Amino acid sequence: MSGPRPYLRPAETLWWARRPYLAYTLREATGIAVAGYALVLLVGLISLASGEGAYDVWLNFLKSPWSLALHLLFLIGMIAHVWTWFRIMPKTMPRLVIGGRIVPQNRITAAGLAVAVAAFIVILLVAEWMQP
Amino acid sequence: MKRSVAPVFWLLFGAGGMLAALTGPALVLITGLAAPTGIGLSPNFMSFARVASFAQNPFGKLILFGIIALFIWHGAERIYLTLRDMHAGGRLALMWICYGTAGALTVVTFAALTIIGV
Repeated sequence: MSGPRPYLRPAETLWWARRPYLAYTLREATGIAVAGYALVLLVGLISLASGEGAYDVWLNFLKSPWSLALHLLFLIGMIAHVWTWFRIMPKTMPRLVIGGRIVPQNRITAAGLAVAVAAFIVILLVAEWMQP
Repeated sequence: MKRSVAPVFWLLFGAGGMLAALTGPALVLITGLAAPTGIGLSPNFMSFARVASFAQNPFGKLILFGIIALFIWHGAERIYLTLRDMHAGGRLALMWICYGTAGALTVVTFAALTIIGV
């Protein structure tokens, strides 16, 4: 053996399931909801490309209790994503200076959340307008 | 100096994260809950004919491609970083699994939209 061998504190197993890391793990888990939802849409797109019969199978799956429960989980994950996303945003972006003053982080978070709520309402209104 | 590929994945992660933060909850509510149950929306909202014409429209194609691909890249980055922190496997192996899956699904999305045609 040559060279220094730094001491590595042994990590607890399942450290990510314990506080204070659990909040981090849950935040990262929202990525599963985001990608999982996209995967459901992709399956729908593939069935759409395969024809009406395949598409109706997918549509019937969406009506099943399994799918509704899954989408309820996706919705919870998405809302958690929105909340954490705009809480992280001011920490990852350059300092925002307006009128010679640094905009406080909680203001940036509040503005982001306000935009998200506005987008939510606009998309629902567009869906309402697109009704057959 | 060897350039890192991380900024590319980081950009896709950020774009997908912002898109999901602005559209995700509404989209899940519409396509996953309201349209299938017919609560608040017509049960024919996502009928084959309607969704097919949406996916045939170039603008509709762009929306579908952007949503599906960027959401997947966002999730892939988060899953990769978390698995890396959990020491679930070698760094390179995890990168190949996560980014490889996201890349393959992006190609599948593009192919499906191409097959659907205009």
